[in-house]
Amino acid sequence: MNLTLHVWRQKNPQAKGQMVTYPARDISPNMSFLEMLDIVNEELVLKGEEPIAFDHDCREGICGMCSLVINGIAHGHERGTTVCQLHMRHFKDGQEITIEPWRAKPFPVLRDLIVDRSALDRIMMAGGFISVNAGGAPDANALPVPKEHAELAMDAAACIGCGACVASCKNASAMLFMSAKIAQFAHLPQGQPERMDRVRKMVAAMDAEGFGNCTNQYECEAVCPKEISVRFIAEMNRDYWRAWL
Amino acid sequence: MITLDAHAPSGPLAEKWNRHRNEMKLVNPSNKRKFKILVVGTGLAGGSAAATLAELGYNVEAFCYQDSPRRAHSIAAQGGINAAKNYQNDGDSVYRLFYDTIKGGDFRARESNVYRLAQVSNAIIDHCAAQGVPFAREYGGLLDNRSFGGAQVSRTFYARGQTGQQLLLGAYASLIRQIGRGAVKMHSRSEMQELVLVDGVARGIVTRDLVTGKIESHVGDAVVLATGGYGNLYFLSTMAAGCNVTAAYRAYKKGAAFANPCYVQIHPTCIPITGDHQSKLTLMSESLRNDGRIWVPKKVGDKRAPNDIPEDERDYYLERKYPSYGNLAPRDISSRSAKEVCDEGRGVGEAGRGVYLDFADSIKRLGVETIKERYGNLFDMYFKITAENGYKIPMRIYPATHYTMGGLWVDYNLMSNVPGLHVIGEANFSDHGANRLGASALMQGLADGYFILPYTMGHWLATAKLPKVSTDRPEFKQAEAEVDGKVKRLLSLKGKRTVKSFHRDLGKIMWEYCGMGRNEAGLKKALELIPPLREEFWKNITVPGAGEDLNTELERAGRVADYFEFAELLVYDALERKESCGSHFREESQTSEGEAKRDDENYCHVSAWEFTGVGQRPNLHKEPLAFETVQLGQRSYK
Repeated sequence: MNLTLHVWRQKNPQAKGQMVTYPARDISPNMSFLEMLDIVNEELVLKGEEPIAFDHDCREGICGMCSLVINGIAHGHERGTTVCQLHMRHFKDGQEITIEPWRAKPFPVLRDLIVDRSALDRIMMAGGFISVNAGGAPDANALPVPKEHAELAMDAAACIGCGACVASCKNASAMLFMSAKIAQFAHLPQGQPERMDRVRKMVAAMDAEGFGNCTNQYECEAVCPKEISVRFIAEMNRDYWRAWL
Repeated sequence: MITLDAHAPSGPLAEKWNRHRNEMKLVNPSNKRKFKILVVGTGLAGGSAAATLAELGYNVEAFCYQDSPRRAHSIAAQGGINAAKNYQNDGDSVYRLFYDTIKGGDFRARESNVYRLAQVSNAIIDHCAAQGVPFAREYGGLLDNRSFGGAQVSRTFYARGQTGQQLLLGAYASLIRQIGRGAVKMHSRSEMQELVLVDGVARGIVTRDLVTGKIESHVGDAVVLATGGYGNLYFLSTMAAGCNVTAAYRAYKKGAAFANPCYVQIHPTCIPITGDHQSKLTLMSESLRNDGRIWVPKKVGDKRAPNDIPEDERDYYLERKYPSYGNLAPRDISSRSAKEVCDEGRGVGEAGRGVYLDFADSIKRLGVETIKERYGNLFDMYFKITAENGYKIPMRIYPATHYTMGGLWVDYNLMSNVPGLHVIGEANFSDHGANRLGASALMQGLADGYFILPYTMGHWLATAKLPKVSTDRPEFKQAEAEVDGKVKRLLSLKGKRTVKSFHRDLGKIMWEYCGMGRNEAGLKKALELIPPLREEFWKNITVPGAGEDLNTELERAGRVADYFEFAELLVYDALERKESCGSHFREESQTSEGEAKRDDENYCHVSAWEFTGVGQRPNLHKEPLAFETVQLGQRSYK
């Protein structure tokens, strides 16, 4: 099939970007969206033009590197799917597709479709861990964890840190991302000692990075490739209030 | 001239590591912060090492090419991590884990290293549980286990189908905590381009900042490479797009021996190729083989739909050939068997390069809900890629390049023959011999990073007596100039072909002549084909853009350029090893039943190669493998 792409091009963080139109020809429905972009890029390179820069790595939906807004939706219109796992069979011949980077103030564009997401690392730095050093742990079975708690912790821990939740939120809130980590630890006995301290510090870090707050639109849950539930935001908010009591 | 001394401690196997730990020199707590350690790569091995070294008090600088240390390709490991906990009460022990691992590797690994790996495996599970890794649990709250290929006990710990992700995020959490404390300085989007030796000792690296293009020197008291494997040499593999051999290959060019490069694991349960556009192959965890049955039609060219083929016209060839291990036969054997039945014309799918992985019996026995709970994400992934429902019709699978057992040579202390250069995780050669068992990569990466390197590093720093050096030294300036020269040269070529087209051609040569089956004529053919293609690469590629920019095409060109030199090394190794062992199947060396036939008399050694010049045959050095405890046997999984 043949498609028309409208792609955000921006040379560097300081440059003014713009949408540029490219044709994508002879696209197979079995290709992934990124493989389609690979083909467009091959053509550009052969013409001596710079290829469209986009982030990607594992191409199997787990590393969280790929990050495109496709026709206005972070990771495209397929539910629970990263861009690298989005296949062209979900598009129609002749379709026009707009491709933009994650847009949020804390995510400056580095080039074209690549943004700087180091703000997410800095939120984690504030408390996204359990403070244990290697070497001192008791036997793993010394601390039983009820299966349903472990499963809930795993539901939250599935977050791949891509930042689609931020890109889709009108407030550019990182609360789904942050609450996923907070909830993972809150549901486990190992996470209890630092539970209240963690939520206070991480929320403060999120505010300092310039992310907004949640106003319950649930756009984040709708685009999350791992379908992380907004219930974790509610849980985080409860913990946050308790932390100040 | 290279000297290979494994420095394996003497004494009984089970005592070696304890004794070695007692004898190694220590660094005083207040002196640790005076040492700086450079860790390149932040996957399971690098991330855990950087975090743990910082916990101990060392100054650490860590580097990764991704935008965050949370994204290394360890994250894609699905199935699990082995440990000798014997929580299932099924007779497991440190010795059995050791024995299964060394047998699985077809007796081509060092006994002392593998035994130590099994010994520290239990501490890894304890530490990860303490970090809050949400391992799968039983209803009573204790940890659950599953079985994996090459073992008859259940010793694999897992977190749904995302074990690698959860373990990596555990290591990342520990690492980011140390970054926050200021104990680790993190350089993301930064790629190592050169190793720097001062007076023969590894003292630093040169990196390129992938955003600004800035070429920078970094100096330290030790360099740790945790840069993963070289599977992307084959173009199509299960690796992440960015995985590359550059750091390890640059170290090799500076004198580090490269060991057993021909040991490349071709993983049996990947999704078959659909066309030329394909940029990667996707693996599905081999844990699927616990409940899936592998088969092809008995008849050649049977084009019926799988569910229309009656039971008695199906060949469950792994169960037939290996009744005691069945569908859980080790990876090398499973992959080769799949290739055989496809070569016979019994392969399935459009191109005939595929076999069925069928869950119908398990669904009947356990119910679809149980299968969903165990493997739901893998079925979803399969559906996304193929648009086929694996619960209703059998999945199609075919082997793909996955993991590389070979790597830089290291001694018992995980140090290469270049003093100060340590190599951990997949980047070294040490523990998996000629074939890695499932759920052992995560174990090795974390063993190296959490529990081995932190000890041996202290010994190196306490004994090395290193002079202070700075990046003003001519060795650094020269390395920077070389990196700059390479960048400029790649940008100046302005030829007519893309880097990717060359990479694809190189991959085809490697897959055809140095893939699952290898023979002398084919390997010699590969050695004829690679040099002219490499020459054309250096004349005819085109890389647009500038060096001082974020330039993804330039990044790719640098990596592929190194693959073009490395490919020859791998083929030389495969040619020299005239036996079959593990993943390395020389067609000239097989039993009457078509199984791999080892030649212990002539090849019971590690082949460690020394660089002599581009396009020249490297020098071979042999480290004999002495087996003090295990009896070498023909591997049998029948």
